[in-house]
Amino acid sequence: MSQTADTVSSTLPSQALGAAMSSRERNSLWWDALRRFKKNKIGVISFFVIMLYIFVGLMAAVGILYPDAQVPNQAEAYTSFSWAHPFGTDIFGRDILGRAVHGIVTAISIGLLASTLSLVIGLVLGAVAGYFGGKIDGLVVWLYTTVDSIPYILLIPSLTFVLGRGLINVFIAVGLTSWVTTARLVRGEFFKHKNRDYVMAAHAIGAGDRRKIFGHILPNVAHIAFVQFGLGFVAAIKIEVILSYLGLGVDPSQPSWGLMIDDAKNELARPFWGNLTAATLFMFGLILSFNLFNDALREALDPKMKNK
Amino acid sequence: MIPILIGVTLLTFMLFNVFGGDPARRFAGKHATPEQVQTIRAELGLDRSLPEQYLFFVKQIVTVDYGRSWASKQLISTMISDGLGATLSLTAPAFFASIFFCIMLALFSVYGRGTILDRGTVVVCLALLSISSLVYILGLQYLLAFQGGIFPISGWDPSWTGRWEYLTLPWIILFVLSLGPNILIYRTVIMDEAFQDYVRTARAKGLAERHIFAKHILKNAMIPIITVIVIEMPFLITGSVLIENFFGIPGLGGTLIKALNDSDFPTIKAFTVISALVYMMFNLLADVLYSVVDPRVKLG
Repeated sequence: MSQTADTVSSTLPSQALGAAMSSRERNSLWWDALRRFKKNKIGVISFFVIMLYIFVGLMAAVGILYPDAQVPNQAEAYTSFSWAHPFGTDIFGRDILGRAVHGIVTAISIGLLASTLSLVIGLVLGAVAGYFGGKIDGLVVWLYTTVDSIPYILLIPSLTFVLGRGLINVFIAVGLTSWVTTARLVRGEFFKHKNRDYVMAAHAIGAGDRRKIFGHILPNVAHIAFVQFGLGFVAAIKIEVILSYLGLGVDPSQPSWGLMIDDAKNELARPFWGNLTAATLFMFGLILSFNLFNDALREALDPKMKNK
Repeated sequence: MIPILIGVTLLTFMLFNVFGGDPARRFAGKHATPEQVQTIRAELGLDRSLPEQYLFFVKQIVTVDYGRSWASKQLISTMISDGLGATLSLTAPAFFASIFFCIMLALFSVYGRGTILDRGTVVVCLALLSISSLVYILGLQYLLAFQGGIFPISGWDPSWTGRWEYLTLPWIILFVLSLGPNILIYRTVIMDEAFQDYVRTARAKGLAERHIFAKHILKNAMIPIITVIVIEMPFLITGSVLIENFFGIPGLGGTLIKALNDSDFPTIKAFTVISALVYMMFNLLADVLYSVVDPRVKLG
């Protein structure tokens, strides 16, 4: 790591080699970041909220929480808020809280899969473009400028439109279209890093291109990946809502916050607030925690913030 | 610019003509006989080879003749020029009002950096960003129009003087929607300037902090701010798709959603290419402006 390399080379003359080696881990970019992150109370709290969401989502997914959230019960349609149903019941008499809880599973899977896909595409293309430069770089830049030129409100619906609706297609569509920023940032970092001493050193001991890209430079630009992953996660969940409204989102039989908000547009006139309130609150909690977590993460990973 | 345009047309073409299934079958509907599908295919020029179809598509773009919508049979170029006025009268006032307001707020936020006020601004912005735009539209439309009766629920007046009554609530919603992202981005940009050497110099020679912000930082921050604004300009056309749909405003967004619902391929394709063109033009403009405002930047 460049950070480590700098520290090591500057401490080497004054300290014994052993001491330098042992301080190596703790002075790394990651340890610094972790230390800074732990000081940020908002960041730590939001991290635990995200964990709570994941836990509740897992419980719902394995069927411990609200196993019968999908079972209709016509006799109880549109009941108001009560202890048994804190957000009431929907048009089919299903408990809205249960649907919102199951919506966590849908939201997290879309966020996770879409941002993983876009991260992999962005990292690989950005790394290859920045490392090799020349014609390959030109091609990658052309590709991402092209994708970036089409507004997402047109590109993603068009893509889901072609792929058809459904959970998997939503994450493919979002993943295939949201890698541009990652690729652009990673490309820039690779340009800066590829001629640094540590890469030269790796070259001198016989590391090939693949080893230099993935083994040496990539770990040094991985902080970008972390932040981009979080941003992509949030964006994917928000896009799912809009796609559901356009009728291009997940299958209507699945529980999703987007579908609940979409249902709400016809229910407000009744007036029935259950779906809108539940979906908005659940989304708000998860996305706000993720936004705050990202913000804390970005500050913690920013080398400029070191020693501040 | 030309290679990107080729990329956009190729991507759009591949999406709809190659991967999108048989457009003729979609167009003909579920119950069409094979002969009917064949006739439609010939009518739409889909029986020709893919390269030929692509060249035809490119020719449409170059000659600004996008043909007719499959759904309404209207000329697509007419649909676009009709919708443009409505869309701009919705987006432009909110867009510029929001820019002015958000730059001011961001400036104050940076001025009080490290204080609870600045921290609070960031958290509030992130909170605003954590609610789906659909919820803002639904909620505000319900509260202020349906329940409160302050504004009409939806509707449109074709005359320029009569439409403001229908536009006020959509303006408010667009303005609210833009607060979170705008304040955050301008805050970042201004914060970057606040740590530059010239600021320290200004402080060292004893200038008042307020003076430094109003004269030095704001002036220098205008360079990146203008770039941000210009790059966001395409929002004027694509930013109000959902709102137009909710309020029945006959703009481009409403047309687009209708086209998506109707599987109206030519209209969607035309919209995609045109918005990409607009995006590219504003990016180019941003580069040019950048070199005009900042003498250090040379285009070349």
